[in-house]
Amino acid sequence: MEWEAVIGLEIHAQLATRSKIFSGASTAYGAEPNTQACAIDLGLPGVLPVLNEAAVRMAVKFGLAIGAEVARRSVFARKNYFYPDLPKGYQISQYELPIVRAGRVTIQLDDGAEKEIGVTRAHLEEDAGKSLHEDFHGMTGIDLNRAGTPLLEIVSEPDLRSPREAVAYARKIHTLVRYLEICDGNMQEGSFRIDANVSVRPRGESAFGTRTEIKNLNSFRFLERALAYEIERQIEVLESGGSVVQETRLYDPDRNETRPMRTKEEANDYRYFPDPDLLPLVLDEAWIEQVRAELPELPDARRARFMAEHGLPAYDATVITAAREVADYYEAVVAAVGGEAKLCANWVMGELAGALNRDGIEITASPVGPEALAGLLRRILDGTVSGRAAKEVFEAMWAGEGDADAVIEARGLRQISDAGAIERLIDEVLAAHPEQLAQYRAGKEKLFGFFVGQVMKASKGKANPRQVNELLRRRLDAEG
Amino acid sequence: MTLGPEEVRRIAWLARVAIREEDVPEYARHLSRILEFVEQMAAADTEGVEPMAHPLDLPQRLRPDEVTETDQRERFQAIAPQVERGLYLVPKVIE
Amino acid sequence: MHERTIAELAHGLRAGEYTSVELVEALLRRIEDLDGRLNSFITVTAEQALAQARAADQRLRRGGGGPLTGVPIAHKDIFCTDGVRTSCASRMLAGFVAPYDATVVERLKAAGAVMLGKTNMDEFAMGSSNETSWYGPVRNPWDTGRVPGGSSGGSAAAVAARLVPGATGTDTGGSIRQPAALTGITGLKPTYGRVSRWGMIAFASSLDQGGPMARTAEDVALLLGAMAGFDPRDSTSVDRPVPDYAQALVRPIRGLRVGLPREYFGEGLDPAVRAAVEDAVRVLESQGAEVREIGLPNTPLAVPAYYVVAPAEASSNLARYDGVRYGYRCEDPKDLEDLYMRTRGEGFGAEVKRRILIGTYTLSAGYYDAYYLKAQKVRRLIRDDFARAFEQVDVIAGPTSPTTAFRLGERLDDPVTMYLSDVYTIAVNLAGLPAISIPVGFAAGLPVGMQLIGNYFEEGLLLNVAHQYQLATDWHRAVPPGFE
Repeated sequence: MEWEAVIGLEIHAQLATRSKIFSGASTAYGAEPNTQACAIDLGLPGVLPVLNEAAVRMAVKFGLAIGAEVARRSVFARKNYFYPDLPKGYQISQYELPIVRAGRVTIQLDDGAEKEIGVTRAHLEEDAGKSLHEDFHGMTGIDLNRAGTPLLEIVSEPDLRSPREAVAYARKIHTLVRYLEICDGNMQEGSFRIDANVSVRPRGESAFGTRTEIKNLNSFRFLERALAYEIERQIEVLESGGSVVQETRLYDPDRNETRPMRTKEEANDYRYFPDPDLLPLVLDEAWIEQVRAELPELPDARRARFMAEHGLPAYDATVITAAREVADYYEAVVAAVGGEAKLCANWVMGELAGALNRDGIEITASPVGPEALAGLLRRILDGTVSGRAAKEVFEAMWAGEGDADAVIEARGLRQISDAGAIERLIDEVLAAHPEQLAQYRAGKEKLFGFFVGQVMKASKGKANPRQVNELLRRRLDAEG
Repeated sequence: MTLGPEEVRRIAWLARVAIREEDVPEYARHLSRILEFVEQMAAADTEGVEPMAHPLDLPQRLRPDEVTETDQRERFQAIAPQVERGLYLVPKVIE
Repeated sequence: MHERTIAELAHGLRAGEYTSVELVEALLRRIEDLDGRLNSFITVTAEQALAQARAADQRLRRGGGGPLTGVPIAHKDIFCTDGVRTSCASRMLAGFVAPYDATVVERLKAAGAVMLGKTNMDEFAMGSSNETSWYGPVRNPWDTGRVPGGSSGGSAAAVAARLVPGATGTDTGGSIRQPAALTGITGLKPTYGRVSRWGMIAFASSLDQGGPMARTAEDVALLLGAMAGFDPRDSTSVDRPVPDYAQALVRPIRGLRVGLPREYFGEGLDPAVRAAVEDAVRVLESQGAEVREIGLPNTPLAVPAYYVVAPAEASSNLARYDGVRYGYRCEDPKDLEDLYMRTRGEGFGAEVKRRILIGTYTLSAGYYDAYYLKAQKVRRLIRDDFARAFEQVDVIAGPTSPTTAFRLGERLDDPVTMYLSDVYTIAVNLAGLPAISIPVGFAAGLPVGMQLIGNYFEEGLLLNVAHQYQLATDWHRAVPPGFE
């Protein structure tokens, strides 16, 4: 039987506010335990929440960016359960009336096709603290610094059909929240966390199979692998006559497998009800329009523009717009060079991306800035350096040896474009290889390449290859 | 609605409140009595009535995104039952 | 000195007739001598009180200070007080010292009031008799075999016994008004949102409201003026100017339209209470008020709706008491579940547990619509009743409580009988309206209170009517025998 996977993602994006969603404590990452947990975050008796305006603004930005309905009235509810990292015994979240409803994003599939994925809802809620399981004489330590950090929980429709699609969607949301500057997207620090709901069904079936939920996937690679494993597992269970148990599972990247969490999941009854400490969040038209006016150009629009105006191929446009900073860098290079978009794109995606990746540097901290790279590209375009030599120049610039012109001078990488000099080299080569010349003349035209190679060698690689070709051709043809 | 001992135990677990076994029947009796009493509401015609979550018919006020709190860990943890290296300690959490 | 009202004391302090230190010392002695009979205080803060009194005296000598400078008060032990135990009368918080002041505490401190201590109450404000306190019941100074009402029973008893001229209380279903009525004092529950809830330990957040308790409407007006006002730390605090309540007291009430809800004078009302309230209404009439009968037809639904809404909110509000960050923690928990179960099982008393269980049940899957959602709809019906009534009248008058103070233990067997003690007060909390209880006479030697309910933010009018009534009567001057 042929099986089809049905996947929906729940993404928790930590919003990049300075203070927490309901308190004035700092959200900065990495502080000493419990030094950023104020009375409100600790759930001390008598404390009350007051909603952070920036968190609301960020949620609305996201809603507008995915063409969603931004609720004019949304309500905060309490989700009640006991856990030591949840100080109040309830999490303030949105339940029946979330701030963002019914949006959609477009993803690019591997075959180049596009697919629209529905976003059911996105709601504001507070993050929990952290349990540290390292040994405290057999006890667990609780750090509540993260408690109260604003989260936007983004829930997709079950529209995804493969791990690749799930990754493309997750990456798309990741790109979007970073474009909007509402989330730093740092997956190691837990700023962007993914839970996946997955089930399988025989292809052509319209009813859903029983799903499992895989929690806390903190990289796109783990997302893809965990889903692939889980889909395989479910298919095996079904094909061997068993049935899938609805449960929450954890992915173990070391063993590349998912396994059920050891909690009493079945007993959960969250007893949601409207939080009486907070009033309905009401947004007026003018305020929403003001937020809309602050939206940056979004990745889809930018991608379309790079294709239409710069003539970039779809693949290049997708790669370059995946991160706002990369697209900004690329645009700065194009502007400085004054066109030649494809060359610029090749260098950004090629040498630059390679070097950044190799050295683990963010593009915004690149030792070779867009102006400097443009300086090098101009030297390729005006024939001063060959493409090959340019790579050496780039590495030298990366290592801090100066701008393109300085490196070219210092390393003597200037290309020989002086026709007289090249002709003298041609003379020397022809004089040194009378046998090959005779064969060429006798009709062995393949030897043209041999002469080009010898001239380049004689120039120590500095001769402009285009000119060598032209001049050699002219010379040999003339003599023929 | 009459609550039996089983339901009392279930709710007590959900609320994480230990009830001594010998007290369960009295809780069952009291809770049943209360539920029976509040069920008088069922007689009210509330067709089309908008639920009222709050006495104030006002929207939520928003706070500017400013860090206003300073570190008071020492004060807060002075009243904690068990702390170590700045962490609150609880019996081992199994995940 | 203990016989004087806050207004008189403030005057005497400014005139230099006595110092705040003398006053505080006198009252501390009184508490020492008499509170053994009442158990109205959980904590007496003698040292801090004297320090505050000395500071007040300095300010007074320089001619500074406000209307409450140097005046001793007490806080219900539900308001957090920086550095002083705040127990909420629960074993759960028996050792809890809050690291901050409630807004109410802060404001009264800023107005110059001197805190004598923290008063006893029903555990987490859940009760109508002050018998659920971990620190033992409070007794009614009019008859120490009887309850003072609850949950602000300690504040009521202390004020009635002249241990302190004024105190704070909180009112979720009648917890200021009912004990005020049962002890013969004046207590006001403000409009929801008028007084900040910051630092006031939550029972049921959409119903809780702090308010003043004192012997006269004039004193209540002085205290409310200091307590009320916008607080950015409370999302449900209303940003609206605080009127000068004291100034509004003196208006004559000629032409005032007073509504008597027929539902508040029916079955279950003690005839002697009824008679006293009817007499009081006649006093208002004699002062020019126009009295008419009105209907609040959904009144019978109020107590049932309340006992869904309040426990539901409480079950969630009290989830934070888990033995992890503060408060009681059971001995040697064997695992996390044991820590939760036993900490909460041992830390909470029976009534609190009952309400947590009821609230947990009514919010749980499958029951939410039938209970919680239904109660919210009923809540709107009740509010609509009042809205219609206030189209016809300016204030609504009736008994505060259907009976006078009952005997200790009398209503402990059946929680519903106890809940019905608040049959006339609860609807006001569901609607969020202001209401005041004032002493209007006695039945068999026990005080009777009349409740006046006003429209939203009409505290000034309620205080005005109460004050005019008190100008014409002496009930508020009556002193419990043995506490002269």
